[in-house]
Amino acid sequence: MSVTPAPASTALPRLPHERRPVSAVQVFWALFARDVRVIQREFVSFLVRTTMQPLLFIVVFGYLLTKMGYLAPTYSASLLPGILGVTLALASLQSMVLPMVADFGWTREIDDRLLSPAPIEIVALEKTISAMLQGILSALFVLPVARLVMGPIPGFTLAHAGEVVLVCVLGSATFSTLGLVLGTAVQPQQIGLMFSVILTPMFFFGCAYYPWAGLDVMPALKYGVLVNPLVYVAEGMRAAMTPSLPHMDLRIVLAAMLGMSVFFWVVGIRSFRKRAVS
Amino acid sequence: MSATPAIETRGLRKVYPLPKPAKAVSSPFGPPPARPEGTPPPAGAREVLALDGLDLEIGTGEFFGLLGPNGAGKTTTIGILTTRVLPSGGSAKVSGHDVVKESVAVKQRIGVVPQRANPDMSLSVRENLVFHASYFGIPRGVATAHAQMLLERFGMGEKANGKVNELSGGQQQRLMIARALMHEPEVLFLDEPTVGLDPQARLALWEILREMHAQGRTIVFTTHYMDEADRLGDRLAIVDKGKLLAIDTPARLKEQAPGGTLVQLTLDGPAAPVVESARTLPGLVKIEARDGVVMAYAERPGEVIPGLLKLSEQSGRTVRDIHLVPPSLETLFVAMTGRGLQ
Repeated sequence: MSVTPAPASTALPRLPHERRPVSAVQVFWALFARDVRVIQREFVSFLVRTTMQPLLFIVVFGYLLTKMGYLAPTYSASLLPGILGVTLALASLQSMVLPMVADFGWTREIDDRLLSPAPIEIVALEKTISAMLQGILSALFVLPVARLVMGPIPGFTLAHAGEVVLVCVLGSATFSTLGLVLGTAVQPQQIGLMFSVILTPMFFFGCAYYPWAGLDVMPALKYGVLVNPLVYVAEGMRAAMTPSLPHMDLRIVLAAMLGMSVFFWVVGIRSFRKRAVS
Repeated sequence: MSATPAIETRGLRKVYPLPKPAKAVSSPFGPPPARPEGTPPPAGAREVLALDGLDLEIGTGEFFGLLGPNGAGKTTTIGILTTRVLPSGGSAKVSGHDVVKESVAVKQRIGVVPQRANPDMSLSVRENLVFHASYFGIPRGVATAHAQMLLERFGMGEKANGKVNELSGGQQQRLMIARALMHEPEVLFLDEPTVGLDPQARLALWEILREMHAQGRTIVFTTHYMDEADRLGDRLAIVDKGKLLAIDTPARLKEQAPGGTLVQLTLDGPAAPVVESARTLPGLVKIEARDGVVMAYAERPGEVIPGLLKLSEQSGRTVRDIHLVPPSLETLFVAMTGRGLQ
C-alpha cells in the first residue's frame, strides 16, 4: 500500500441540496444511466465479447463451407436468423450472469445499488432491462456484418419490423431472466461448469444452426428440444425474417417466450432476494 | 438524546441456517462467520445464533462504537440496521423507521461504509460518487461539484478521473466514506473501517470520522480494536456471542473493569488449586481461575508474580505463559468473557 499524505484539514464539505424523497422510477433510471455509461465506455470490448462467436460461425458456416460446396447456398437463409437468435440470447444471458456472479460472489459492488432508496427488486429489474438492451445491441451489430459476409440471402426480409422487434424484446427478456436465475444460483467456482453443462448443449440443440422442422429426422429430439428457450428465439427470428421458409408458428413462439420470461423472473427474483438480503 | 432515537433495537435476534459444514469452512466468499471462534456448534446443529436478543438505543448525533471479537455479532447488527440482513426476531428502527417494513425510508437516511471496500470498478473515481448520488435523486451538476470537494478534502482530488484500482487501500476506504457521505445521510454506519489500513491511513480516517461527528452526524462503527473504540466513541457497546455485555462511555466502562493490571498465568493443568491458595497473597485485587489460566488483578503486578509462580510450583504445576494486560477495555472484556478481543 502506498503512503498517502494526510488530507489537508479544511472543513468537510456539506451538500448544498435539499433532500427530497425519490421514487422507485427515478432510482431505476439512475441505475440504468449507470449501466449505459459503462456500456458506452466498454463498447468495443462489449461487442467483441458478445459477437465474436456468432460472427466466426457466420464466416465458417455462412461463407467458407458454402463456398467450398459442403453446404447449399440456401443454408444461409436458415442460418442467419438462428445466428441472430444466438447472439441475442448469449449477449442477454452473459450481460446478466457474469456481473451478477461476480457481484454476489466476491466484489459485492452491487451492495451500493441495493442500498439505493428503492425496493431491491428495482435493482434486479434494471439489470434485466439493461441485459436485454445489450442483447438487442449485439444482434443489431451482427445483422449487417452477417449480411456483408454472407451476401444476398434468399427469402430474407425485414419487412415485418414489428414482428422482429417483438421477437427481439421477448427473446432477450427470456434470456436475461434466465440469466437472473443462473446468476443468483451459480457459485463463482461453477461458472465454467455452467457454460459446458448448461449453455453448450442449449446452444447446439437450440435450433439455431438448423430449423426446428428439420428435426423431423429425429422425432425424439424434435420434441425434447422444446424445453430449450433458444428454440423459440431462433424460430421466432425465422418466422419474422424468413417467413417463406419453414418455421414455428409465431404465436406459439411468442407465447412460449412470454411464459418462460415470467417463469424465470419469478424463480430468479426469489433467488435474487435470498442473495441480496441474508 | 432527542425524542426519537437514531437507532433503537428491541430483542434483536438473528439465526443463520448452517450451510454444509465443509462449505462453511472452505468457501472464502460465504457470509461472515456467524459462529464465534472457538465455539463449535453442537453436533447436529442446523443453525447458528448470531444475535441473541440485542437491545440498543443510540441517540441522534452520537458517536457510537460496537466493540467485540470476530464473530460477536457486530457485522450482523450493522447488516440488520442497514436492511441487508433480515432479523429472525425482535425489531430494529433507524430514525423511527422499521428496517424491515420501511426499508426504503431507512435506506434513504443511512450511509454505509462496508467492511471491505466495494467501489464500482467500471466507473471512474468521481463517477463512483456522482452515480451514487444520482440513486438518491441528487442532480448531476450538484453531485459533481460536491464529489470534487469531498475528493479534494480526502486527498484524492487529482485522482478524480482515474480508475478506482489505481487507488491505495487507504484511498479506497476514504472513497467509500466519501460515497456514503454523498447523499448527506442522517446516520453513518462503518463496519470495521480501519481493518487492513496502515497506521497513517488509520489516523487520517479517525480524523475524518471525528470531523463528521463534529458536524452533528450520528455515527455507528464496529471495531475489534479496543484502542480505536476507546479513542473514538462517545459511547460503546461491548458485544460477545450475540449478546450485549455492557454499554456506557469508555471512561465509565473502564471504571467497571476490575482494578489494576491483569496477570494471566497459563498453567499445564487446572488453575483452581493455585487460585485457592493464592487468595491470601498480598497486593491482589481479585483472582479467579478459568480452566488452566489464573487470572489475577493487581495494582502492582511485579509484586504478585513471584508469589503466584511459587504457589504454582507448590501445586505441582508448570507455568507455560505469563501475560500482562494493563487496565483497559480489554481487561473488562477479558473479565467478562475470559477471552481476549483479538
